[in-house]
Amino acid sequence: MDERIDATATTPATRTSDPTATTPAARRSDDGNWAKPVRTLSTKDAPPGALDQNVAGRRINAANGGFGRLFQKTFSVRLEGATVTPQEVIRAWKTRFGEFWPKGQQMFLPETGIAPGEIGLINSSIRGTPTMATGVLVIYADDESFSFMSPEGHPFAGPLTFSAYDDAGTTVVQVQELTRASDPLWELAMMTPVLGERMQNDIWRQTLRNLAGSVGVDAPAVESRIVCVDKRRQWRNAKNIWQNAGIRSGLTAPLRLLRRR
Amino acid sequence: MTQAVGKNEMRVRRIDDATSVVEVRGEITAASEKALMDAYAEASGAKTKAVILDFDGLEYMNSGGIGLLVTLLVRANRQKQRLAAFGLNEHYRQIFELTRLDEAIVIHADESAALAGAKA
Repeated sequence: MDERIDATATTPATRTSDPTATTPAARRSDDGNWAKPVRTLSTKDAPPGALDQNVAGRRINAANGGFGRLFQKTFSVRLEGATVTPQEVIRAWKTRFGEFWPKGQQMFLPETGIAPGEIGLINSSIRGTPTMATGVLVIYADDESFSFMSPEGHPFAGPLTFSAYDDAGTTVVQVQELTRASDPLWELAMMTPVLGERMQNDIWRQTLRNLAGSVGVDAPAVESRIVCVDKRRQWRNAKNIWQNAGIRSGLTAPLRLLRRR
Repeated sequence: MTQAVGKNEMRVRRIDDATSVVEVRGEITAASEKALMDAYAEASGAKTKAVILDFDGLEYMNSGGIGLLVTLLVRANRQKQRLAAFGLNEHYRQIFELTRLDEAIVIHADESAALAGAKA
């Protein structure tokens, strides 16, 4: 690591995190990788069977708009022995995202798969509870990564990034989130033993196992790193509970049952 | 004196005890974490009230970069410092708007406006 720091405060100090000089010809472009900003989300043509609720008309919720403690969570798995490149894994993940989710979790995406600006509808259920409907906006996608942000009411506020990279010849796939629980109820759920793990962390661990299994790597170890970046709760955002997707989905569940009959 | 340009480069200018400018050049990705956090530490003194990010030389940012800026924002808030920015082109302004970072990091048209905002 090339680390140069000028000790004098008045003299500009320069740090270079990557010693490899970047020539203009080698510069990357992020044009087309980002979604365009939207005031509120809109959904149309929900796939058959998908519960389209708590997404349309909602704004994206950033980490600073959430309520609970801010966590940086990283889940990764090494695809030992698999001959797949990071780009191939990401291509498969983008087109078959829902297939890798654990039972009880459904993601409905356009047939074209994950692309900047697309909206995914999430239908999530834990045994004995009504299906919770929410969604995500794909904010970023390139050949080696893609990212979601969630609408108001979703359990978590903040970016969620899925990526793959080469580590000494082995492809490593990773899920990284920088999120807060979006309201006091979701924060309470996250603090509840077993439930909190099941609602979030286990989803990503199982997703990575399923993804690894799809390229022939069975039962790999999933490395988890969970760091609390900010212990403070943002009480000014406690009012987010009015948009809680779990509560709203629960309240409309009897109506949905009646319609089915 | 500017060193050789790498994939990302941070240059710190102390305007006065209360205000510093961090010039961000090149790329901001997850790999920029050490450079950005070291630059913030350099820019942030006991009396610092505002840290201004100069994005005039920003050439590439992915979602890992947004995560870094969120983390930087948390650190600045913890120190009771304001975080501001200038030099964002239309493309990066839109990304700030998309991710709602523009609600937490005040965006100014240029350095003089950012410095005036820091003093207000």
